[in-house]
Amino acid sequence: MSTFAQRDLAGWGRFPSQNCFATRPEKRREVPYAANDEFVSDIIARGLGRSYGDAALNLDAGVLLLEKLNRFLDFDAQTGVLHAEGGASFADILETFVPRGYFLPVTPGTKFVTLGGAIACDVHGKNHHRDGCLSEWVEEFDLLLASGETLTCSREQHPAAFWATIGGMGLTGIITTAKLRLIPIETTSIRASYTRTKDLDETLAEFGRDGDFRYSVAWIDCLASGASLGRSVLIRGNHAAPDEVSGDPLEFGAKRQKAVPVDFPDFALNSLSVKAFNALYYAAHPDREKIVPFEPFFWPLDAVSDWNRIYGARGFIQYQCVLPFETSRDGLKTLLETISASGRASFLAVLKTFGPQNLGLLDFPFSGHTLALDLPASAGIVEFARELDEIVLNHGGRVYLAKDATLSPENLRRMYPQIEEFVAVKARLDPDNRFQSSLSKRLRIGGAQ
Amino acid sequence: MSEKTFGKGARVLILGATSGIARATALEFARRGFDLVLAGRDREELEILAADARVRCGNGVEIVEFDATNFDSHPDFWHRCGDVDGVICALGVMPPQQESERDWETCRAVIEVNYTACVSILNLVANDFEVRGSGFIAVLTSVAGERARKSNYIYGSAKSGLSAYTEGLRARLFAAGVSVTTVKPGPVDTAMTWGMEKLPLLVPPEKVASDIYRGVRRKADVVFSPAPWRLIMAIMRVVPSFIWKRLDF
Repeated sequence: MSTFAQRDLAGWGRFPSQNCFATRPEKRREVPYAANDEFVSDIIARGLGRSYGDAALNLDAGVLLLEKLNRFLDFDAQTGVLHAEGGASFADILETFVPRGYFLPVTPGTKFVTLGGAIACDVHGKNHHRDGCLSEWVEEFDLLLASGETLTCSREQHPAAFWATIGGMGLTGIITTAKLRLIPIETTSIRASYTRTKDLDETLAEFGRDGDFRYSVAWIDCLASGASLGRSVLIRGNHAAPDEVSGDPLEFGAKRQKAVPVDFPDFALNSLSVKAFNALYYAAHPDREKIVPFEPFFWPLDAVSDWNRIYGARGFIQYQCVLPFETSRDGLKTLLETISASGRASFLAVLKTFGPQNLGLLDFPFSGHTLALDLPASAGIVEFARELDEIVLNHGGRVYLAKDATLSPENLRRMYPQIEEFVAVKARLDPDNRFQSSLSKRLRIGGAQ
Repeated sequence: MSEKTFGKGARVLILGATSGIARATALEFARRGFDLVLAGRDREELEILAADARVRCGNGVEIVEFDATNFDSHPDFWHRCGDVDGVICALGVMPPQQESERDWETCRAVIEVNYTACVSILNLVANDFEVRGSGFIAVLTSVAGERARKSNYIYGSAKSGLSAYTEGLRARLFAAGVSVTTVKPGPVDTAMTWGMEKLPLLVPPEKVASDIYRGVRRKADVVFSPAPWRLIMAIMRVVPSFIWKRLDF
């Protein structure tokens, strides 16, 4: 019998925060027992809690913490393939393998995610236009089903389970181990190029010249309006060569994190302070090229632990959508105008180009532009997010479930045409609907429809 | 301690290697260059831990199955471990106290794992280290052994006995140049304490692991982890019994 502790859990956005019953196995053999413990009606796996909304929450039901199942099982220096448990964190992988000359093929904006969570969200990074989602680099994984059976899933073996679990938000089972192919690197620096644009058209045109850059993202000033609407700083780069860096080319920082010690008061971030910050950021980044270390390039916010506290105790939502190229200019313009007019301050907004969609049934990215921004969870936030959802839908886009806290079940079905196929695969893998989350219940995925 | 018996190339045996503190301690020593001998009952888990240490640190890691409460098997087990430079004893179980109060088998397991098994295996280790004239021994007891509380006195009494044992062992082996370090952790964030409410000074196992490593390296006699427990327990020890028996914890 597993021990379940009552915990108020939240995602990284701290909205919503819910009472859950959490268990934390430390040994592999305990996982199937924990997953099936009758103390809870249903259960969802949780890694480091970096999904923003309610994907790793389960109101008054079970949450299976996998952070202790974080062991490395094997590493092949020839192929770069790492075999590790699902709870292994990207930070841990980097700390171990970067000094040996290997890097994550895909990394989201924080390294404090687990391998299992990253697969369940099929995370993307600044190189999606070149390298696709994380799943492109996942050779196989072991999926523990509610029956206690473990399926080794790959593109060849149990492909239906593979493509349902990739981006499947943990609803098919528990990813106990996975094989991920790391990429070789010669340095831990990026030759970064900064390009300032004056409006949306120039930003999108500049993205069209991404070709030479493996990594590309734009910080977008989402409070700029009128002629400046969509002005951005594009931050792009490639791995630096050894002769471009001084000192140990594979030095990887153990710099101390700064921390946000207290929740900021709700009024700290308002449209004025954010507008000032955005204007300063824009002014501080003229066009130039320079060699920068990995940390500030890939994970700028990891330098400040608990940065989510700047939004205060009320929390925030992160709204991320993708729009196809054909409609993205109009769609982005309408979204930015709506956000700018609402006065809802977004401290951080980023824009980037996605490459083609993969075969994941609930995978988020497809060819187009993706916009991600933070919105404080102030009064009316759910209604406002749904207003944005309508704009996204009208332009043929969709939102990212790993960030979502507000989508309606109807709009999920309009955004993800393969949802019924996903539900069918889930019903085969998990006939008793053991794996559920607050997200799956809110969006009515699986179980009684 | 000579370079040979401490640091790179030295072998450390971890008894009870699958516990949360032992896991972190094994990695701490592996990162410092030690080869590991991991001993425990759960072979599947030991193999995972061994693979992890090998991938992370590239050290030699062996596993030896060890059944703590099968005392008769201890001489053979100790023989199979081969030459080791140091031993860390992390054997321990802590079921809810009320189960030990009502069920003798549970109570007996608490006594046997936390005390008898440690004495049985450490006697063998001590005899060999004494003859050889080198080595280190670190034994995890607990602050719960410093002063027995009504809510945890059976576990506490076994740990108290073990602390007393290590104190005597330290005195015996001092002349032979073998160090014995008694490690007294407070509550540690592992499976043993998961779900318990309001634990004071709860620390991650990695903190205890680094305290153990530093304690062993400087041949400390007694290590409290984290350090403030030394002062807290010094105060606890002078609370008179007529007050202690009325305290509700």
